[in-house]
Amino acid sequence: MEILMSIVIGALFASSVYLMLSKSLLRIIIGTGLLSHGAHLLIITMGGLKRGAAPLLGEKAASYVDPLPQALILTAIVISFGVTALFLVLAYRAYQELGTDNMDEMRGNEAND
Amino acid sequence: MINLLVLPLLIPLVTAALLIFLPKSIRVQRAVSVVSAIGTLAASIVLLLTVKDNGIQTVNVGSWDAPFGITLVSDTLSALLVTTSSLITLSVILYSFRSIGEARERFYYYPIVQFLLVGVNGAFTTGDIFNLFVFFEVMLMASYVLIVIGGTKIQLRESIKYILVNVISSALFVIAVAMLYSVVGSLNMADISQRIAQIGSLPILTVIAVLFLIVFGLKGAIFPLYFWLPGSYYAPPVPVLALFGSLLTKVGVYSILRSYSLFFYHDQAFTHELLGILAIITIIVGCIGAIAYWDVKKIIIYNIIIAVGVLTFGISVATEESYMGTVFYTIHDMIVKAALFLLIGVMIKITGTNDLRKMGGLMKKYPLLGWTFLVAAFALAGIPPLSGFVGKLLIVRGGLAEGAYVGSLIVLLSSLVVLYSVIKIFMNGFWKAPKDYPGEENQPVLSLWAPGALLVLASILYGVGAEVMYPIISQATDALVHPAIYIDAVLKE
Repeated sequence: MEILMSIVIGALFASSVYLMLSKSLLRIIIGTGLLSHGAHLLIITMGGLKRGAAPLLGEKAASYVDPLPQALILTAIVISFGVTALFLVLAYRAYQELGTDNMDEMRGNEAND
Repeated sequence: MINLLVLPLLIPLVTAALLIFLPKSIRVQRAVSVVSAIGTLAASIVLLLTVKDNGIQTVNVGSWDAPFGITLVSDTLSALLVTTSSLITLSVILYSFRSIGEARERFYYYPIVQFLLVGVNGAFTTGDIFNLFVFFEVMLMASYVLIVIGGTKIQLRESIKYILVNVISSALFVIAVAMLYSVVGSLNMADISQRIAQIGSLPILTVIAVLFLIVFGLKGAIFPLYFWLPGSYYAPPVPVLALFGSLLTKVGVYSILRSYSLFFYHDQAFTHELLGILAIITIIVGCIGAIAYWDVKKIIIYNIIIAVGVLTFGISVATEESYMGTVFYTIHDMIVKAALFLLIGVMIKITGTNDLRKMGGLMKKYPLLGWTFLVAAFALAGIPPLSGFVGKLLIVRGGLAEGAYVGSLIVLLSSLVVLYSVIKIFMNGFWKAPKDYPGEENQPVLSLWAPGALLVLASILYGVGAEVMYPIISQATDALVHPAIYIDAVLKE
């Protein structure tokens, strides 16, 4: 199971890198979204994909799952959600103001200042 | 008073939440911001004195005992940095009154500055690696808003690159934490240190150490990862630039210092060597930039990169003396960089241009500004008895003692370049024939100069009073050299 997850994570990272290397701003933002998905999956895989009962004392099970990676992912999801929302708004505003979503035309050189 | 160390986080947080409800009344916003900044500064000074007398202070949030809950830890190093950040934020808020403009003030400038302070102070205070990530995000979120507030074309363009770089580095941070957790099974920094000591040197730990170096290096702008900094920091107005330049990069440097002295000190052959080489290249790249430009903002921005290089070199040597130098130099650099940014901000306001070639002759009309700038410039270059000298001396001595001759030489030579670059500003801005600048009479020069002068004064006191600061700095260094002090304080009982 861990190996399968690793392949999925690798595929997510690869596609996010591909998207982030493109010129269109929207693709870049989708790429950052995929990147954080990959990172979140990586946390849960790194915590070990154990099968066990919910980590409550009353369960009296032989093994419990580790709750900490899930807490971490929850936090990280919320943060990446907020950042992505801000990024999208900013990209739209930049598109309105600069009249382009092409990163090539957003270089900081004399011609664009 | 066990909750004292939460105050430098809590005061700005509550203030920011309060100020969000008062966007239209600028006077109230200003007053509340200043009062709260003074309160934060006072709380952090009390905290510093408490830590100095009673040792490391900890709070287990929600009463979950360490290592299970989130622990906030204030050792001397973090208390010192919190105090410095609060002082700088206070001066920047004072400077903003007459410079940031009403439009930005109406759009939540002051609350966001407070949020930035929450993030910075939190990152310095936390004792939990994932909580460090959270405070990084608080700080970054505030910085995203600060870099784009005002919405000019250059700000929008640069903020997109800034956010993209930081989103990627945040993802890497999460990945690094996940890998560290899978190896040691803990998030509490003291506990991680203890467990790594038990495990010994696994090759995977070196990989994780380098991953953390990439994450913190992106924030702190060390060599291959500094590329975003000159462009992005150039975009926002001067007060924001002063905050970013003095606080944000130092958070990255602090995180490298903390993680490399607390976690990854067992197997130094690869990681510290790598850090040393990167530090030297960082200094050289910064020097090239600082000499190359005629734009005052750009010159000081490249000086940030030089300072980061000097600091990371101090960390890479990893002896007691070099750590002490690094701590000394970090605080010096935060204060004096902020002062320089505020002072060149006044120059830009008066002359209406960033270009040194179009400036000149300010000494005649503004001698006070000129002399203050000169003192700040000398302090930055490290001329004794000003504050840059002691830190650099200790770093170089530590480097020489460990046989890092090339690095120590580069650090020394970089001082000359730093001196040249700031004196270039002085000679071209303040000397030469006086000129008339349109609209210079309307600029509130004195009230813009005062916050910068406050910081220069702090820098002078810090340099001249090095004797007084020495025991505090050496206490801060003790916890870095002997991780056991830190671990015992956190995991007591």
